[in-house]
Amino acid sequence: MTLRTTALSVVLQHPALWRGSECASVNLPSLPTGSPALDALLPGGGWPRGALTELLPTCLGVGEMRLILPALQRLTQAGQWVVLIDPPHIPYAPALAAAGVRLARLAVVRPSQPPDSLWAAEQALRAGCCGAVVCWPITRDQRVLRRLQLAAEAGKSWGVLYRPAALVTCPSPAPLRIAITTVDRRIAVTILKRRGGSAPAPLYLSPDKPAPWPDGPPTVKAIDATPSPRSSPSADGRGAERNEQR
Amino acid sequence: MRWIALHLPALALEIFTRALAAPEPFVVSTGPAQRPLVYACNVAARGLGVRPGMTVAAAQALAGSLPVRPRDSHAEARCMKTLAGWAGQFTPSVSLVGQRGLLLEVSGSLRLFGGLDAIAQALQTGIRALGYSACVAAAPTPLGAWLLARAGQSLTVDDPEELAIRLAALPLALLEPSLHTLDTLQALGVRTLGDCVRLPRDGLARRFGQQVLDALDRALGKIPDPRVFVTPAVRFIARLELPTEVIETAAILFALRRLLTELEGFLRGRDAGVQQLCLDCTHGNGNSTEITIGLVTPARDAAQLLMLLRERINGTELPAPVRALVLRAKTPVPYRPYQHQLVADTSLETEHWERLLERLHARLGEQAVYGLATCPDHRPERAWQAVAIGTEAPPLCQVQPRPVFLLREPRPLGAANGLTLADQLRITDGPERLEGGWWDGHDIARDYYIAEGAKPARYWVFRDLRTNAWYLHGLFS
Repeated sequence: MTLRTTALSVVLQHPALWRGSECASVNLPSLPTGSPALDALLPGGGWPRGALTELLPTCLGVGEMRLILPALQRLTQAGQWVVLIDPPHIPYAPALAAAGVRLARLAVVRPSQPPDSLWAAEQALRAGCCGAVVCWPITRDQRVLRRLQLAAEAGKSWGVLYRPAALVTCPSPAPLRIAITTVDRRIAVTILKRRGGSAPAPLYLSPDKPAPWPDGPPTVKAIDATPSPRSSPSADGRGAERNEQR
Repeated sequence: MRWIALHLPALALEIFTRALAAPEPFVVSTGPAQRPLVYACNVAARGLGVRPGMTVAAAQALAGSLPVRPRDSHAEARCMKTLAGWAGQFTPSVSLVGQRGLLLEVSGSLRLFGGLDAIAQALQTGIRALGYSACVAAAPTPLGAWLLARAGQSLTVDDPEELAIRLAALPLALLEPSLHTLDTLQALGVRTLGDCVRLPRDGLARRFGQQVLDALDRALGKIPDPRVFVTPAVRFIARLELPTEVIETAAILFALRRLLTELEGFLRGRDAGVQQLCLDCTHGNGNSTEITIGLVTPARDAAQLLMLLRERINGTELPAPVRALVLRAKTPVPYRPYQHQLVADTSLETEHWERLLERLHARLGEQAVYGLATCPDHRPERAWQAVAIGTEAPPLCQVQPRPVFLLREPRPLGAANGLTLADQLRITDGPERLEGGWWDGHDIARDYYIAEGAKPARYWVFRDLRTNAWYLHGLFS
């Protein structure tokens, strides 16, 4: 009997064996999300490059942008281009700059007609020069989304689609789909679909501590003249520091 | 000296048919308007039995509704000039010869292009891409090359002795002597240039004048044959007549490709690029639709320019069918091709990015694509501005939290909107007082708060201190 269980555990450790309950560790090009807990849930350990990520917030203002801002900050600081296509409101430059996004690497596209925004998204994704393309498509047409997915694959760009939460049950060609809502002032991130694994339980991210910055947001440093000891780069320490300055 | 001659025998026809994607029958007429004759016809018309020299009425009886355009020698001359500009990419020494010929002195370009044969081949391919057909011949003398090309012999002759043998077989009529001279010589049994060379020189000069003798000597390189080279135009302007009026974008784009290829050759010759390009679509009623494109960096690649123009043409409503296309380039600017690096190639990405911006600009307009920058102003509406993409913003001095999305106009919170502060929103942070702005007429006095609503969202709201009204101004996404 013991022999049998040992044999089973040995077999289960074989790297070629995958169990439905766990996420397959795949080697995909990805961008760190800035949250280790979220990274652990995503195949490839971050936002997938060369694919679409569909984010479905329950409503605008739920914290859906804060989820991707650390990645945008990392991309723009590395000199890569980020394109925002037809955002629902004015993307507010002071807030983006405060999040560490390098504005000189950001472009906003605001077409006068809705079909043009899908065209612009496809062009930007396919061009192969954009680190991230963020858009708010209003279409339900699967073929259009499929085109965007193929464009993202061709251009190796990270495509972010914001769609209303009503479309959670609609099928979508995006390989990563995440529903976002707020529970008790915490952002609840529910992975609806991911590569290499079934959907895990929701993850709760604290709203007031967006994500640990690699070396602190530049704006805070500019104000903070006294050199503060940055010995503990943990998320909690940083959050407390920010609260004090407020 | 190495000369390459290009002879375009079907120029009168091809200035029209080069705009045709499909081989439709087409005829160029000449002669009096009462009784026009077929001057030239394309292969498709020939297949229907049309032959040069027959009356247009007879041709139309054979081929049904046959598009006919009268011969336009002015347009032919213009096309030859444009062609000379295009040929400037191979050598600066381009000379027009006759009504439908070009002479290129290429001894300085041999090493760059890899030999005489390679240049002749490139010319042949290039001219076909422009929609013309040409006979290309190379020889040590300009007249020798021209005579070979006129005779339809696509040869590359390197050696003067070989040239003499080749020329000897050509008919005498190619030399274009006077009709009387030609008749007399042919009556004497002198039919080829070789026969003529074998005649005693002093007798030939005495009976027929010096011209025939001089022409023979020039062709064989015995006496000098100076040529006047074309001065390249300062700006590019080319016109393409469409054989029939078209409204389909595909047909216009096909014709446009010809013009853009010409432009590319012209710009290569000057080692330049363009940053602004203007296309006039002339309609049958004399009006024209103008389409202008601008580029981020100077460009000259025909495929790239065609892609940009296609976006613009697709977005433009043409009011009437198009009869002619006129392509005009503003003053050429120095062209700097992208240098690709072996390691860590960021230049490729920059190039792709600029191409993307051009495409977006071409289709959506210049205002639809912009960058963001912060502004040193405490008023929320003025703390940001739309700038040219890539503008580095000054460092930000901002410690207060700001929303990621700002509403274009503050939205009043009230019963009308279904959002009242008391029952829907709960203030979690604030106030932050923002006041001032009397100096430019946009004075504000507001207390800003962060609020949470029944929906799980965070809002940036303010109370106007003058009216005590509440407004929603941003979303903490």
